Amino acid sequence: MRKLLILTTALTGLAIAAQAQEVTVMSWGGAYGAAQTEAHLKPWTAATGTKTVMVDSDNPATPVKAMVEANNVTIDVASLEYADAIRLCDEGLLEPIDVNALPPGADGTPAAEDFLPGAVTECGVSTDIWASIIAYDTTKLTGTVPATVADFFDLEKFPGKRGLRKSAKNVLELALLADGVAPADVYATLSTPEGLDRAFAKLDTIKDQVVWWEAGAQPPQLLADGEVVMTTAYNGRIFNAAIGEGKPFAIIWDGQIYENEMYVIPKGAPNKDLALEFIKYSTSTEGLAAQAQQISYGPARKSSNAAEIVYKDGKTVMGPHLPTAPDNMTNALETSFEFWVDKDAELNERFNAWLAAN
Amino acid sequence: MADATLPGAKALAQPLTTADGRPLKAALVSAQARARRRAFLLVAPLLLFVVLTFLIPIGQMLQRSVHHDGFSASAPRTAAWLAATAPGTPPDETAFAALAEDFRQMQANRTAGLAGTRVNYTLPETRSLFTKTARAADGLVPPYREAFLAVDEKWGDPAVWQAMRSSASAWTADFYLIATDRTRAADGSVERVDPKQRIYLYLFAKTFLLSAVITLLCLLLAFPVAHLLATLPLAQSNLLMILVLLPFWTSLLVRTTSWIMLLQGQGVLNNAFVAFGLVEDENRLSMMYNQTGTIIVMTHILLPFMILPLYSVMRVIPPSYARAARSLGATSWTTFRRIYLPQTLPGIGAGALLVFILAVGYYITPALVGGADGQLISNLIDFHMDKSNWSLAAALSAMLLAGVLVLYWLYDRLIGIDNLKLG
Repeated sequence: MRKLLILTTALTGLAIAAQAQEVTVMSWGGAYGAAQTEAHLKPWTAATGTKTVMVDSDNPATPVKAMVEANNVTIDVASLEYADAIRLCDEGLLEPIDVNALPPGADGTPAAEDFLPGAVTECGVSTDIWASIIAYDTTKLTGTVPATVADFFDLEKFPGKRGLRKSAKNVLELALLADGVAPADVYATLSTPEGLDRAFAKLDTIKDQVVWWEAGAQPPQLLADGEVVMTTAYNGRIFNAAIGEGKPFAIIWDGQIYENEMYVIPKGAPNKDLALEFIKYSTSTEGLAAQAQQISYGPARKSSNAAEIVYKDGKTVMGPHLPTAPDNMTNALETSFEFWVDKDAELNERFNAWLAAN
Repeated sequence: MADATLPGAKALAQPLTTADGRPLKAALVSAQARARRRAFLLVAPLLLFVVLTFLIPIGQMLQRSVHHDGFSASAPRTAAWLAATAPGTPPDETAFAALAEDFRQMQANRTAGLAGTRVNYTLPETRSLFTKTARAADGLVPPYREAFLAVDEKWGDPAVWQAMRSSASAWTADFYLIATDRTRAADGSVERVDPKQRIYLYLFAKTFLLSAVITLLCLLLAFPVAHLLATLPLAQSNLLMILVLLPFWTSLLVRTTSWIMLLQGQGVLNNAFVAFGLVEDENRLSMMYNQTGTIIVMTHILLPFMILPLYSVMRVIPPSYARAARSLGATSWTTFRRIYLPQTLPGIGAGALLVFILAVGYYITPALVGGADGQLISNLIDFHMDKSNWSLAAALSAMLLAGVLVLYWLYDRLIGIDNLKLG
């Protein structure tokens, strides 16, 4: 018994000692987490010898807030949605990151100019630009295939169930885009009571045909099972299912809604300095390009997009699969973080009430 | 025991003593005190555990539902001005000066978002007003009123000041107002929110109703099974018991996903129906991602909690009572209704209470199979935990807890908690 005690104590001691030299990254799991592990964690460990650990979460913003408020932060880097990165930063829960500390682009352009506008905020650095898109199974929908966001709401032309993310964000915008509102006017329209009613009225037209999903891994599964004929999804998940696993899925880029994904450092992170080194490494020209080789989310640096990026299978050119590809941007909407930071509580209340009512 | 020995002791002129000369009474008391201490030491770890992991967290949760110092701690000067003036007082220059000083401090401490978040709960669309003003805090110079209006004219809106007023005290009932679909009007009075926004009371009612339905279904299904378990010969009842316990031991997630595979649109059941021509391919039944799915899956998952207490009660009911009733001429229905059923009541009560309370707080199953209309109040509590509105989640949880306690009290009044038999 005593031997066992000594052994476990020693092991715990070792674990604590080891923890002091490793960087823990919290991300979204699935294909996305795997991409970050391959593109950022493993190469950084190989380059610096510092150990890295990846932990999964459905949405890292929740545990980050809980950890910082409880004064017990166990992770060093987290991957957050854009609006969350700004919200938590405003609440003083994240460490500020100086844009001048970030490495210049491969061509020598300073980071502040190399990054796309808005890609570096007070506390966060963009790892990629991802999009919410519409996907369908090409073996189920033959003949006329859907091509626009309006087709998603057209139950006569394309009967069958639809998959939608169970959140007001992205869904309300999608409804207005489908109703013919131009991307530039979407948030102005949503800010008025009439515009909001219009979005819900549009959603009412398909409400009884909707299967609601929450985790990013669900939509490809719903498509593969034949539970839905069309679904909104994160474009990278569909890309990985289609190109990586050979599933017959196609993406409708019309009406895509895109935003930056951010690396942040929670306040009180145990290895703050190492975390910053990690972020510098992974958001360099090469780091961002390396991630785009794993999953079809666009790098937010001009220099990373300069050269052609090829998927890890060695033959698929990533360019046309990225949300930022010019052809995909014709009717695209960038998420407005100002809108959601303010209206999140109110609109989700209305959205939940709408969902629960029959 | 000490009392029981007293009458005898009093009867004697000489008090009884122990072998070493101490009075017997004192010796007994000290021996019993020692035994009690030892007994307490034995339960102390459990007590400590319950206090640390149950009572304190629940207390903190309850406190959170009425306490949010996001605004009052970040903007102490403005909060003091608001506390010193009567409700409805229009902000004067001293108020704006206090606010400006607070904003400079918030910008330095990076707490403007925190303050804005709190005010935003009471009045939507004020959060960005705070963060925006904090960014401009260095440029706020007298006259302050004009300086604030230059940053954003919303600062002249009485509704904003009313919202700050209700956030000025860390102790607030605002979250309970939200949790009962109510809001404060600009003049501070309480009113119901727009019908399109009402959700919580409806979901509370729905949660209790669905839980009652599930409890009833469990009872109907469990009663015959438990009876069989209690009356079959050992070899067969053991097999049956394993069939009851096997799903009980299987992971909740595994059972839920198995049901999804069975019931979904392209699932086993629907495929079988289509193959046998019972339904057409286009009109497959929707048994999943709606209320039906929630009821079916939760009934199955909670069934063992009904079967086991029923079984433990039925096992010890002597069959001779029923035989006696039959021999005295009662029909089988009368025997069941007047002899057998009353004796199973403690098991029914225990099972129903257990299933109902579990169902009211059930979260993961409705989240996975509930779709849009099969959601329960626990899913909204989770939603607000996710959205970092912990105070509202706490208020909803406290209301749920109160609801369950009321039911528990009712049960005690109607049936009596002593009648409960869990096994």
